[in-house]
Amino acid sequence: MAQITLDKLAHSYLPHPKTDADFALKQIDHVWDDGGAYALLGPSGCGKTTLLNIISGLLVPSKGKILFDGRDITTFQPEQRNIAQVFQFPVIYDTMTVRQNLEFPLKNRNVPSDEISKRVNEMIDILDLGDKANRKARGLTADEKQKISLGRGLVRYDVNAILFDEPLTVIDPHMKWQLRTKLKDLHRQLGHTMIYVTHDQTEALTFADKVVVMYEGEVVQIGTPEELFDEPQHTFVGYFIGSPGMNIIPASVTGATAQLGTHSVKLKGAYAKLEGKTEIGIRPEFVTMKSSGKGLPATVTGVEDIGRFKIVRANIEGNDLNVVLNEGESVPADPLLSFDSARINIYQNDHLVRPQSTAKGA
Amino acid sequence: MEKTYNNKAWLLVIPVFLLVAISAIIPIMTVINYSFQDTFGKNVFFWAGTEWFIDVLRSERFHDALGRNLLFSFIILCIEIPLGIAIALSMPKKGPWVPVCLVLMALPLLIPWNVVGTIWQIFGRGDIGLLGYTMSAIGIDYNYTNNVFDAWATIIIMDVWHWTSLVVLLCYAGLVSIPEAYYQAARIDGASKWSVFRFIQLPKMQGVLIIAFLLRFMDSFMIYTEPFVLTGGGPGNSTTFLSIDLVKQAIGQFDLGPAAAMSLIYQLIVLLVCYVFFTVMSNVGTDKPEEVEE
Repeated sequence: MAQITLDKLAHSYLPHPKTDADFALKQIDHVWDDGGAYALLGPSGCGKTTLLNIISGLLVPSKGKILFDGRDITTFQPEQRNIAQVFQFPVIYDTMTVRQNLEFPLKNRNVPSDEISKRVNEMIDILDLGDKANRKARGLTADEKQKISLGRGLVRYDVNAILFDEPLTVIDPHMKWQLRTKLKDLHRQLGHTMIYVTHDQTEALTFADKVVVMYEGEVVQIGTPEELFDEPQHTFVGYFIGSPGMNIIPASVTGATAQLGTHSVKLKGAYAKLEGKTEIGIRPEFVTMKSSGKGLPATVTGVEDIGRFKIVRANIEGNDLNVVLNEGESVPADPLLSFDSARINIYQNDHLVRPQSTAKGA
Repeated sequence: MEKTYNNKAWLLVIPVFLLVAISAIIPIMTVINYSFQDTFGKNVFFWAGTEWFIDVLRSERFHDALGRNLLFSFIILCIEIPLGIAIALSMPKKGPWVPVCLVLMALPLLIPWNVVGTIWQIFGRGDIGLLGYTMSAIGIDYNYTNNVFDAWATIIIMDVWHWTSLVVLLCYAGLVSIPEAYYQAARIDGASKWSVFRFIQLPKMQGVLIIAFLLRFMDSFMIYTEPFVLTGGGPGNSTTFLSIDLVKQAIGQFDLGPAAAMSLIYQLIVLLVCYVFFTVMSNVGTDKPEEVEE
């Protein structure tokens, strides 16, 4: 168990990176707390696996340092780092039994045999593999195999961190839920520092205390699920988190009003003068649709009914946006949209800007 | 719906039937036919029962040849399988050298058997062969035509040179199919090089190794051309393998009855060994749900 410090870390797969674009992982500076559960979330190719492999030692970063509890381990081999990693596809030793699989990492580290059997028995109980303990591992189902991969990491109770590289990819949907719950339990029980890589927001948001959102090799936000939902730091976080994602609409901002084409929208506070690309971000959940009164006239281009609520695809002056309507609400013929001012975020060149002052009564 | 019976469908089977008949059934039936009959020439045959089989099984000549075959196959497998695995393990897994290595490995396999025999026959000659000349130049008395050990050594080295590549290529195919995550997991588990080989590489190569083993056993057990070209079965009878002996009997002495009986026994041995071996190897490590190992 350890606190993990990423000190000006960056990585490029090219031998002589020149521009920013050559880096698969742009400079990162963060401290991850001991015992925390972190999720690295981002689309495929955003650098999350690169970051994970740097932490596990399978890759040596081109720049910067990585520290476990303040100790520089940048050049340490994976076996010296005392970490565990669970891969996308279950890795098991086919010819060994389930028990031997779990004993393997301990035997390699010369743990005394009575200690090994004690810990392995404990782990078999935790993972509910009791009836399969003496079976050859190769005949098991994918989720059982993945449990073994996980168990091989967990039996080493002193590991600095456990890393998961999209571990539930090959697991059936209903087992995914169970395994994820199991992981959460184990985290509570054993208190390891856990780092979980995924491109599935549900997995990330349910598993982690803190979610690290990555985009094009950069960490764009680290926050709790609530923070990611309410105040995305980057437009990417806005539409990546949430289903459907945040509506991002180009607008110009002056003071406490945003101008959307010919319409103006009241904001939660006054903003300084913004330059470059300015956009407003509003979650579909905070847009309301009315048939009369004040609002922005919109045309409806489509409706998706997904049971509990409806997603309405609408258009305001050429800008597409989604609106969430609760069950029972109907789509008006000439709808007027209004935004919840307190929930509007302003983005300048894709990054969140906060108001200088908060408007009264907004 | 009632089935319609139309015997014309049999016509469609005729081409296959003819092909199999000509290529397999008729030759084998001919051999079986010979093995139960005797002749004094003039195409007059009479029934001999199992006499030839008993004769062959009791003949010292057959025992000796069979012994040579088994010893030869045993030595070949003991050398080629481990050597093939070792070479496959040391070959690069990626990079520009991969195609180079693969082509080098495939080269010996492309050379016809009798050419291999001829190459080594010349190579080993004391007067003009590089190997033979060098050996005598450094003072080693090497002569594959009149020294039993030299003859065997030459045939074995020749076979290793010719066929180890096959084992290498098969093992290499097995090795490159192992996902990188296995090696990474092994590093994280702190596994030694030996453990990686024993618990990851070897189990993953099991399938291709069965094939390599079977192919090399069958091939070496049926070896004919190379020793025939190189030593002609000599010195004495020391490299007269079953196949060479068979040809001597059938074509040299024209003893069709014993030769036919012998070839059937020969074939049955190959089939039997392959069957037993295949069954055993395919069951190694497979999981049976009720299997409990303690």
